[in-house]
Amino acid sequence: MIKAIQLSKRYCTLDALKSIDVEISHNSLTYIVGPNGSGKTTFIKSVLELVKPSSGSIYIDNIKLNGDHAYRYKIGYMPQIASFPENLTVKEVINLLKEIRGNYNSLDEELIPKLNLVNEYDKPIRTLSGGTKQKLNAVIAFLFNPEILILDEPSAGLDPVSSSLLKDKIVKEKANGKTVLFTSHIMSELEELAENIIFLLEGAVCFSGKKEELIAVTEERNLERAIAKLMMGKNL
Amino acid sequence: MKTLLAIIKFQFHDTLRSKWLAIYTLFFLILSYALLSFTKEPGKVILSLLNINMIVIPLTSLVFGTIYLYSNRDYIILILSQPINRKVLFVGLYLGLSLPMAISFLVGTGIPLLIFIKIFSGESVVLLFLFLGGIFETFIFVSISFLIASLNDNKMKGLGLAIFLWLFFSALYDGLVLIIMQIFMVYPIEVPAIVLTMLSPIDLARLLVILNFDISALLGYTGAVYSQFLGSTTGLILSLLTLCIWVAIPFYLGLRCFNKKDF
Repeated sequence: MIKAIQLSKRYCTLDALKSIDVEISHNSLTYIVGPNGSGKTTFIKSVLELVKPSSGSIYIDNIKLNGDHAYRYKIGYMPQIASFPENLTVKEVINLLKEIRGNYNSLDEELIPKLNLVNEYDKPIRTLSGGTKQKLNAVIAFLFNPEILILDEPSAGLDPVSSSLLKDKIVKEKANGKTVLFTSHIMSELEELAENIIFLLEGAVCFSGKKEELIAVTEERNLERAIAKLMMGKNL
Repeated sequence: MKTLLAIIKFQFHDTLRSKWLAIYTLFFLILSYALLSFTKEPGKVILSLLNINMIVIPLTSLVFGTIYLYSNRDYIILILSQPINRKVLFVGLYLGLSLPMAISFLVGTGIPLLIFIKIFSGESVVLLFLFLGGIFETFIFVSISFLIASLNDNKMKGLGLAIFLWLFFSALYDGLVLIIMQIFMVYPIEVPAIVLTMLSPIDLARLLVILNFDISALLGYTGAVYSQFLGSTTGLILSLLTLCIWVAIPFYLGLRCFNKKDF
């Protein structure tokens, strides 16, 4: 369970998050949507302690984040941009992460053959294409069987086949009892996966609840239209 | 501790395989070999090496260090999302860059000197301090570059600051010291002169070598003050200590910035 209370983040002149309250329950699929610059990534990075909140607090499984890194054993994170040391091979990058986690056995390597990464194992990172790096990123997020998966724009830069494989994997892990959190700035992109929606707009939570609820409230056909209506309503 | 070693190990591999490090080594190799082919006088070789090292090492350390942190930013984010302490990652990145650079300098300069080791039989101590000075410069300027990159998110600003600092320490500072001494000529300025030297890591490393030379003409003003005022041994210990402080302070400040930073 992830809980944020009165979470605010201010960069010099910009309020990235304006005192938001978010609760993401255990074993749920939560889709954080919002236009560019709405605070999605800032929220995710606060959960990972990559960004230090200006005020407010975050609890993971009822433990308040305070700088102790142990809670991140529970989290698998797929960042927006994939970047690794250029001269290391794919295998070495994976080994580095195994050594950091001290976990060599209980691994979930399902995605490695599925995403055709076996052939790339001994290639240096600098020779890989952007898409392949993104695949490696996805593999790393799932590798250590984390309880909580945080995927920042997971389908960006992936080809349709890999993207659908990744979606299947997300559904499967949810069925295995994992909590999954993912974002996108294109509403329709991952709509099929979403159970809960958190819609962020200019650093504030605009809507938070079940997908069906949102569609029912706005009386629209799909998520994109529902959110469009929500945004228009807010503007009026 | 285990994670620290893992980070160092993999960064070490990464840096060792990079092209620029090979070029860096090759540069020292050619330089040192060329100097030895020109002249077989150990003093001249050592002094030329010293002067070129004190220009090249700070520049490359500053530039590589800042670029290293900037270009690895997304990778740093990935590592920080793992269960790892930020300080551990910072130390790991620092050693993962500065150790290969120091080794590259040692190997590049050292091999040609080893080939002609006979001519240096009387100057082995000076040679030792030449290497020590180069290693200190590497660690000092990599730690300054890490501080710069942790303070500035803007790449251009960071890189500009790095190059300015290099220009300041390698050229402007000496001029400044000369002007100050010129102005206060009539006063006893031995102590301020020593302090001023200690404020520049490049001058300090240079002094380290020169204090061990027999040729007093090379001492320069501060060198003369140093050896006269403090005696060679005290001067040596003092400059070694100050060099350590020059590594520690920027490193500590960089670590603090890195620890508080938003990624």
